[in-house]
Amino acid sequence: MEEKPLTSAFDPAGARTLSAYRAGGGYAAARKAIEKMTPTAVAGEVKAANLRGRGGAGFPAGVKWGFVPQGDSGPKYLCVNADEGEPGTFKDRYILAHDPHLLLEGILIACYAVGIQEAFIYIRGEYEELARRLEEAISEAEVAGILGKNAFGSGFALDVRVRRGAGAYICGEETALLESLEGRRGQPRLKPPFPATVGLFGRPTVINNVETLANLPGIIARGAEWFMGLGRPGDGGTRLYGVSGSVVRPGVYELHIGTPLREIIFLHAGGLAPGRTLKAVIPGGMSSTILLPEEIDVAMDCASLTAAGTMIGSAGIIVLDDSVSMKTVLDRVTRFYAHESCGQCTPCRVGTSWIRRIVQRRNDGRPRAGDLDQIVRLAEAMSGRTFCPFGDAAALPVLGLIRKFRQELEA
Amino acid sequence: MKNAFPEGLRDRISAVLADSREARSALLPVLQLVQDERGFIGPEDEIAVAGLLGLKPVEVREVVTFYSMFRRLPAGRHLLQVCTNMSCTIKGGGRILDHFRVSLGIGPGETTGDGRFTLREVECLGACDRAPCLMIDKTLYSCRTPDEADDLLRKNAP
Repeated sequence: MEEKPLTSAFDPAGARTLSAYRAGGGYAAARKAIEKMTPTAVAGEVKAANLRGRGGAGFPAGVKWGFVPQGDSGPKYLCVNADEGEPGTFKDRYILAHDPHLLLEGILIACYAVGIQEAFIYIRGEYEELARRLEEAISEAEVAGILGKNAFGSGFALDVRVRRGAGAYICGEETALLESLEGRRGQPRLKPPFPATVGLFGRPTVINNVETLANLPGIIARGAEWFMGLGRPGDGGTRLYGVSGSVVRPGVYELHIGTPLREIIFLHAGGLAPGRTLKAVIPGGMSSTILLPEEIDVAMDCASLTAAGTMIGSAGIIVLDDSVSMKTVLDRVTRFYAHESCGQCTPCRVGTSWIRRIVQRRNDGRPRAGDLDQIVRLAEAMSGRTFCPFGDAAALPVLGLIRKFRQELEA
Repeated sequence: MKNAFPEGLRDRISAVLADSREARSALLPVLQLVQDERGFIGPEDEIAVAGLLGLKPVEVREVVTFYSMFRRLPAGRHLLQVCTNMSCTIKGGGRILDHFRVSLGIGPGETTGDGRFTLREVECLGACDRAPCLMIDKTLYSCRTPDEADDLLRKNAP
């Protein structure tokens, strides 16, 4: 039986309360960090654990924290990215719905390590019910003296606030998230400066994904070595793989990092419906390049998927069987990015909408010779030429689809 | 400063403002409160919010128009949001949307004549394991067939 440090104690019936969470050993890791370890030691443990960001970019969390300038006594912030919007991704919802205190304990550990006293959880607007549950959990922890002025009587103070988004995918991009928190349109900032030095309200800011933070209690309780042993070199721990689409048992599966994609689909998610054959797999949310059936013998970790010409992204796996038309896939992909482009950078604003218009015209039965080549040119003109990674996220899946399914798309 | 907001809403807005480091950072939470109370955010609401936060009305308008969950027109009593992104499309989300087009006689973005429903076609709701997904007001449901859709409306959207 594989270890499932994040989810083994989840109650299928609902969110664990504070007392249930504590009965299972909850908040012991945060207490250990605050009472027995220095902030530097906590950060060092997380760095040694090789915890990579679970939001999509896969940047090592400990290294990211290290970019926050030391010795600056002014306010610093933690922004928790709970703006889960990447199509095919629903793992953070799973944590928020079942174990809000696991996230809060991770927040407490991160803030102690970096010397932060104010955290914002930016949660997508559609998760309003989960936002309410989080607010209840925060109140519970404040009343118990865990969050607030004086964590565990140690003198460490931390305020946590929940802020809801309002329906913009781009706000999952970290600098767009900051703009939104400041009360503006969610349009990404030019980097550098990076948020670690100039972030929320112009102050040093750490932005971490929900699942990333949820891993911290385990790392502090059981150590970096244990955590690394669960994953791959340079990529420690487990991941919450979300599997949806043409599988018998869609769901979130917590498995060791590096579990083969084929095993996740056919063993854990129950494979395809009887009589169906596999056509393609989107391995890491809609922005990742699609894989053919012969390409799914790949380990689900950052390095292996990059080597396979795609990316692990949010680990949201969308499985497509032979009943799915690639024209439908191209239609949904291009509609999504045209709809969600924030409009700031010309290559993306014009590129996504122009690609969309070509696809729409083809859907309407008016294809022209050279359409697909034109889409390729537009996508290539977008890639790498925008403030934020959205340009690439919009271009790469389209390029992959045309490269791998050209014949079907031309027909 | 002309202000159309009732006292209860003003109190809730004041509480958010008191809890915000910069007044402008309260803009999204305040707009959410206004929309919850009034059902939409009209031009006079934008002006009132701008007054309370010390912003220009255009600074409120540009935010209202950027985020897809803010509504600038009155909506029905119940908001139906049907996801037709990838996993939901594979599982038949389009069929649910088509069913509503026929049974309610409206398309996405429209409101029924009796003011009961507003229909929206939306991108991924973050619950692909339950596809196809339907949100009725603030609650998410898995909705596989048109019969199930009718059932859900009967029970949850009177």
